[in-house]
Amino acid sequence: MKIQRCKGMRDMSPAEMTVFHLVEEICRDCFLKWGYQEVRTPTIEYLHLFTSAGTLTPGMLGKVYSFLDWDGWSGERVVLRPDGTIPVARLYTEKMQEQGLARLFYAANMFTFEENGEKTRERWQCGAELIGAGSAVADAELLALSSEILQKLGLKGVELRLSHAGLIKALLEKIGLSPEEQHKLFDSILDGDADALARVSRESPELGGTLLSLLKLKGKSPGFLRNQLALLRQTAPEICAPLEDFLKTVAVLDELGIKYQINIASGTGFEYYTGIIFQYFTGREKIGGGGRYDALIPSMGGGNAPASGFALYLDRLMTLVKPASFILTSPLKVLVKALSPDAVKEAFNAAAGLRKAGFIAELDLDGRPADWTLEVKSGGALTLVNKAESVKSKIENINAAVALLEAPGAG
Amino acid sequence: MPVKIALPKGRLLRKTAALLQKADWGLDEYQSNMGFYRPQASKFPDLLIRVFHEKDIPIQIALGNYDLGICGLDWLRELLVKYPSSGVVKIKDLLYGEGSLYLASAALRPDFKQNGTPLRIASEYPNLAEAYALQQRMNRFSVFPVWGAAEAYPPENAEMALLAAGSAAELAACAMRPVAKVLDYSACLIANRSSWENKDLDKIVASLLSALPETAKSVAEKKDAVPAFSPPRIVEKIARDAVRLALPDGHQQQQTVELLTRAGIKIEDYPSESGVRRPQIALDGVIVKVIRPQDMPLQVANGNFDLAITGRDWLTDHLAQFPSSPACEILDLKLRKVRLVAVVHQDMPVADTAGLRNYIAGRDAPFRLASEYVNIADKYARDNHLGHYRVIPTWGATEAFLPDDADLLIENTETGRTIARHNLKIIDTLFASTACLIGSRMTVDSPLKKERLADLVKKLQAAVGDA
Repeated sequence: MKIQRCKGMRDMSPAEMTVFHLVEEICRDCFLKWGYQEVRTPTIEYLHLFTSAGTLTPGMLGKVYSFLDWDGWSGERVVLRPDGTIPVARLYTEKMQEQGLARLFYAANMFTFEENGEKTRERWQCGAELIGAGSAVADAELLALSSEILQKLGLKGVELRLSHAGLIKALLEKIGLSPEEQHKLFDSILDGDADALARVSRESPELGGTLLSLLKLKGKSPGFLRNQLALLRQTAPEICAPLEDFLKTVAVLDELGIKYQINIASGTGFEYYTGIIFQYFTGREKIGGGGRYDALIPSMGGGNAPASGFALYLDRLMTLVKPASFILTSPLKVLVKALSPDAVKEAFNAAAGLRKAGFIAELDLDGRPADWTLEVKSGGALTLVNKAESVKSKIENINAAVALLEAPGAG
Repeated sequence: MPVKIALPKGRLLRKTAALLQKADWGLDEYQSNMGFYRPQASKFPDLLIRVFHEKDIPIQIALGNYDLGICGLDWLRELLVKYPSSGVVKIKDLLYGEGSLYLASAALRPDFKQNGTPLRIASEYPNLAEAYALQQRMNRFSVFPVWGAAEAYPPENAEMALLAAGSAAELAACAMRPVAKVLDYSACLIANRSSWENKDLDKIVASLLSALPETAKSVAEKKDAVPAFSPPRIVEKIARDAVRLALPDGHQQQQTVELLTRAGIKIEDYPSESGVRRPQIALDGVIVKVIRPQDMPLQVANGNFDLAITGRDWLTDHLAQFPSSPACEILDLKLRKVRLVAVVHQDMPVADTAGLRNYIAGRDAPFRLASEYVNIADKYARDNHLGHYRVIPTWGATEAFLPDDADLLIENTETGRTIARHNLKIIDTLFASTACLIGSRMTVDSPLKKERLADLVKKLQAAVGDA
């Protein structure tokens, strides 16, 4: 009987791990250079961390893997983390609150139940959280940072789509729905129902043509947004504050030359978002996204700390990057072969010497051929064999082998 | 392949039997809970019929062991809310066995905020309770799965219970107020998805539907008037020094009364004909509640009770699930001696656990263990390296599972006669179980309570010695 992996879980082969590390390293390099510090949070968290109002949408909560662990006699359930931001916010609240501004990043796997197990139930993502800053410049920093990563990964045709949670909420309020209905509709928009807002708006005499055109707005039109703002100041002043906030970020993006598309009605993301929401697409595939979540840390008792963040989806990026376009250098590999049983110790020593000099040294266990082989005889006599050149060189010690391997043209 | 159908024991048995009689199935042995699990239908001689606890039926259908089944919609939803991709589909409401699931409280207004402490919900339907709590965005909550008597927990041991009742008025009779109605249910016909798509079930289904009443209202139309007022249960505030004792309901009551009598402790209205769950005990500073023995270890662990009388089997099952639990055995009461045994069908060529391991090693399909003791069964499979296995939780009538629907049972037995009667054999004894007094390892900070606990244990110890 062949043992299979769990439904919806994935293996990564050595070749896939190479690409995974390439993507992860580019993310990590950018994060570090922008002053972000790496954190790691547990795979298992208490369920209630994710159930508080303002964290995950019910649609997402219905897909968490929750269970009673061996300490679960208190009845409290734990979950495999379904999201990266909430645990980082918890960590900040628990341990880092006093430092004020924090730039944090992580690379971690997330778990969500997917009906058939045909798609993945385990997703890897790299994310950054900027906690303690509430300005448009902070939003722009995250957008510039994420754009830089995608650029460094060599991705072409990436589209940045912008929306604004505060604006959606203000519109829902304006439509005249009950607080419960507003909440429900906001959740369904975040769960991906892009037409929900327009559907309800059409039935609302309050909104009229002005707001409907705001909803329909797609494309890079900060000028249009400004015009709308001028118009709305008279008719719907309550929508002006989030719209102004949105415009401030958009203005910084314009100055930085970051290209974007505005699509207010599509706010796919998390219930904890309060301000700008952004998503990255290549074609129809979403490869990352983020947003501002000013209420999350206060709701965890972490004081008044505005915050925003984003995540890039490693699994998806892995399929899009072309490793060939990156110069992947790895050290030269040498197979170390003990020619007799009493040469084993010397073979181990020779391999250690090669590794110390920066080479990959593999002990020969199955006699397979290699480009470079170091044959070790009893007493420590060494022969370096270059298969490609059909050259055998008798050498006195490991330093001589290193010198030959480091000679120009050896690699 | 013959068509297989799973029929319910318990609350739906009588009306299901009446429906099948109206459909002229000519069933033998399906009139009572006497333990006949394999009735025959003269109308469908090839139909394979098995009788299960109702809660087991959706699981059996989902596993593909049966093509059709009859159970309450409540148990179907309880499965689907946790395992939405299960291979089970609802075919038709059967228009009997109606009831509702209520989230109910013993207080006038349950405090949802709880000052940051978890809101406790006791229920036989833990999956539905959790789904409801998530849906309502309850901030912090604990769901306590219980085997029954969920109404006994509020207000002292839980803020709310999710429980089944015929109506809100029925809830009021046990001094509970509905906070919300979570589900209306009735009996329904369910099918395995693959069987429904690929097998000829039409004659059986048509026969069942032909016997349904024509004019009955569907459950969805049921209107349930919530009583305007039901008095909150009057419960005195439990003093810090009081000892909270849990006594078992069901067939262990008589032996418990005898034990208490030997210990010189008088107890009134236990067992209670009117279903009273808070009997009066003639011991100063001791408060008693009557709950299911299966639920006691968890309740002692989470601090709802200081002492409880249950079986070592249930304590062992609890500790197998929660090894760091503070619940522990304090005194062996030497009552109700049973053995926990591993059981297979007589035809399985296996004599012991080593033989079982060899037998399994040659199979492709996962090995199936059925048990009421889910955690003991799981541990048994792990400890004995049974390879690729599945544990099937059951709620009684476990003997019916062998040999078709499980390969091994972990079961309790007094004499082994029932096991032999079902053509089964014991291949291993896990441990001997008797009734025992359990308590918590947590320290008690009240000197008076400590004294009361010690006094009660001493009295029971003396009674055990006198037996």
